[in-house]
Amino acid sequence: MDLSFSAEEEAFRGEVQAFLKEKLRPELSAKMKLGGAPSKAEMEEWHALLNERGWLANHWPKEYGGAGWTPVKKFIFELESELAFAPRIVPFGVSMLAPVLIKYGSDAQKKHWLPRILDGSDWWCQGYSEPGAGSDLASLKTSAVREGDHYIVNGQKAWTTMAQHADMIFCLVRTSKEGKRQEGISFLLIDMKTAGIDVKPVITIEGGHEVNEVFFTDVKVPIENLVGEENKGWTYAKYLLTYERTNIAGIGGSIALLGHLKQAARKRKKHGKPLLDEPYFAARVARVEIALENMKTTNLRVLADVAAGGAPGAESSLLKIKGTVIYQELTSLMRRAMGAYAAPYFPEAADEGFNGQVGPDEALHAAEDYFNHRKLSIFGGSNEIQRNIVSKMMLGL
Amino acid sequence: MEILIEDHQMLLNSATGYLAKKQSVAAFRALRDGDEPLGYDATAYRQMADLGWMGLVLPEEYGGSDFGYRAAGLIAEQMGRNLTAMPFVSTAILSATILREIGGDMLTEWGMKIAMGECVVALAIDEGAKHRPGQIKTQAVRDGDGYLLSGDKSFIADGMGADRLIVSAMLEGELTLFWLDPLEACFGTSCCDIAPQKLLDHRNYASFYIKNCRLNENTLIAKGEVAEKALAKALCAGRAVVAAEQLGMAKECAARTVEYLNTRKQFGVLIGVFQTLQHRMAHLYCEIEQTSSLVAQALNAIDENAEECEKLSRAAKAKVAKLGKLATEEAVQMHGGIGMTDELDLGLFMKRDRVLTEFLGDAACHIEWLLREQKI
Repeated sequence: MDLSFSAEEEAFRGEVQAFLKEKLRPELSAKMKLGGAPSKAEMEEWHALLNERGWLANHWPKEYGGAGWTPVKKFIFELESELAFAPRIVPFGVSMLAPVLIKYGSDAQKKHWLPRILDGSDWWCQGYSEPGAGSDLASLKTSAVREGDHYIVNGQKAWTTMAQHADMIFCLVRTSKEGKRQEGISFLLIDMKTAGIDVKPVITIEGGHEVNEVFFTDVKVPIENLVGEENKGWTYAKYLLTYERTNIAGIGGSIALLGHLKQAARKRKKHGKPLLDEPYFAARVARVEIALENMKTTNLRVLADVAAGGAPGAESSLLKIKGTVIYQELTSLMRRAMGAYAAPYFPEAADEGFNGQVGPDEALHAAEDYFNHRKLSIFGGSNEIQRNIVSKMMLGL
Repeated sequence: MEILIEDHQMLLNSATGYLAKKQSVAAFRALRDGDEPLGYDATAYRQMADLGWMGLVLPEEYGGSDFGYRAAGLIAEQMGRNLTAMPFVSTAILSATILREIGGDMLTEWGMKIAMGECVVALAIDEGAKHRPGQIKTQAVRDGDGYLLSGDKSFIADGMGADRLIVSAMLEGELTLFWLDPLEACFGTSCCDIAPQKLLDHRNYASFYIKNCRLNENTLIAKGEVAEKALAKALCAGRAVVAAEQLGMAKECAARTVEYLNTRKQFGVLIGVFQTLQHRMAHLYCEIEQTSSLVAQALNAIDENAEECEKLSRAAKAKVAKLGKLATEEAVQMHGGIGMTDELDLGLFMKRDRVLTEFLGDAACHIEWLLREQKI
């Protein structure tokens, strides 16, 4: 590919579209379209449908039950899924842990954990950040001390997404205080039901519960749950960060949201005319649309590079910065388009049978969506950190 | 960089002291979590009146202090910094200004009550998602010696439990203001009702619909030019004072962020040493100072009854909408994950800011007016 897809890739796109049309429940995509978050049951439902088709672990090698897709196919799948307002594949088990296990895990670990990710037996969460170790992840303090055939883990993890649903957590823990900070970190798999683990919800500004604090007090972890070698965890974590981040800009989600925004702004009237015809508003929409069109091409360039065997390095930082800024502007415009109709606060709006709304459907989650997505420029390495990476890696500054 | 006249400085000192002690963000949080239906603390409301804040824009002979709008803006700014929830803008600014403009018996009776903190009077003008006080559908028709009122009103600040509602309606093709006693209106019947509106900022808002509700003759308090003039003045005042409140919120977010940059360590250093963050805070500082000037200018123009007060109050409201967005978004971003939590106060500022941006018209609404009316 250069900046367009091959005939074979286009055919694959058709296949994905047909699958989405057939399998994605209209009620679920309608809910997602209005900015609603899928429930655990809905995520499980979607995972099961994908797994049935063999598309859940689409980027895993075939020998482990994956589809062995190329980065281009994976990108097409994600793009089309976002355009159709399908739930995203929950990344923790399938996309974050599995590649590490496949590359660095023991045979026994692969044999035990990979099938359980596929069939949904285990829901995973990620234990990386800590209160004092956010952007500066290597300063993490949660400790694991070897005692016989166990590690004893003590400490605290922060911003643990979906910990409230998880059966397992993969954690970065400190096993040594000697030498460089990065060289004393290990990668441990911990059962969330172990005694001494305490999960506390963290409510975010829009009122939602996505993230948690996870406390560890003398938690016993069998040594066979160590991945790879002791004190090499940083290498494994870094491998994850360079692994397949070609869709980090979330182009599909932005294209879909832009379409939704324009539709809503056409319906909304200002002085008797569609809001979208109002120059002040239209100019902002046009600006973000240009940025998005532009982003599509940049994304394809990065993808073409990867398809030709390159590894996305600091380019994924570029994709993340630009992509999140675009998405945040779209949520901001959606909220603007709804005006005061976006101001009502309905935490119960996600519940079924809710009919207390004032104003159009699009207004229901407009504010919640805007506030919630302030996180995009913070998590997964804040945009400030991404700019540091660009300065260092691309510019040599 | 503020130099205030002595009276204003004293007022400001008493406001910072009282609000920090009694009406801080913690007090607002307690109201929110306690689901207080009024959205404010009635005892504190009386205390605020005792401090003279409810009568700032009312003449002395009606129980006020006539300190003026600039003074009211100073108070509102401090309320913004503390997220104080009080029927201040609704009653002491919007309604008091209308009464002051109308004068007569209404001002004699109700001016005093407002100044004493004995009543809440809410202004019911908005009818939909956007603030369009000049394009209303609520209609009144004459019915013997009274009127029949029909229409929908929404986003009425402090409307639930208010002692009186000032309702805008069209009567014989003219803008008219009615003085509605909620207890005498037919609320709660099948054709008329009032209900709370729960907005992001967890304050007291109401919406009502009314159909052929019979009003007495004396409920009409202004019609035609008098009503237009009184409402225009009240809206000027409301915009400028709300802008002051939002300005206070932006200042508070900036101050808290500077403090965080000076305490949070990553990579072994305070994050405040990073130049990229320093420059962004410097930019925010400049924007805050520019906005402070515009807000002060608008408030002074209202006090001086200057012709530019409409233009300036709209410009200030539009400018502060941009500032509020910048300040709250930067505060959350620079605090990182912790800034996203409900436990930290920044989200409360962000949500209140967005509601105030809509209240009395957003930036687009005012910029459009400036373009049209000023022939820019």
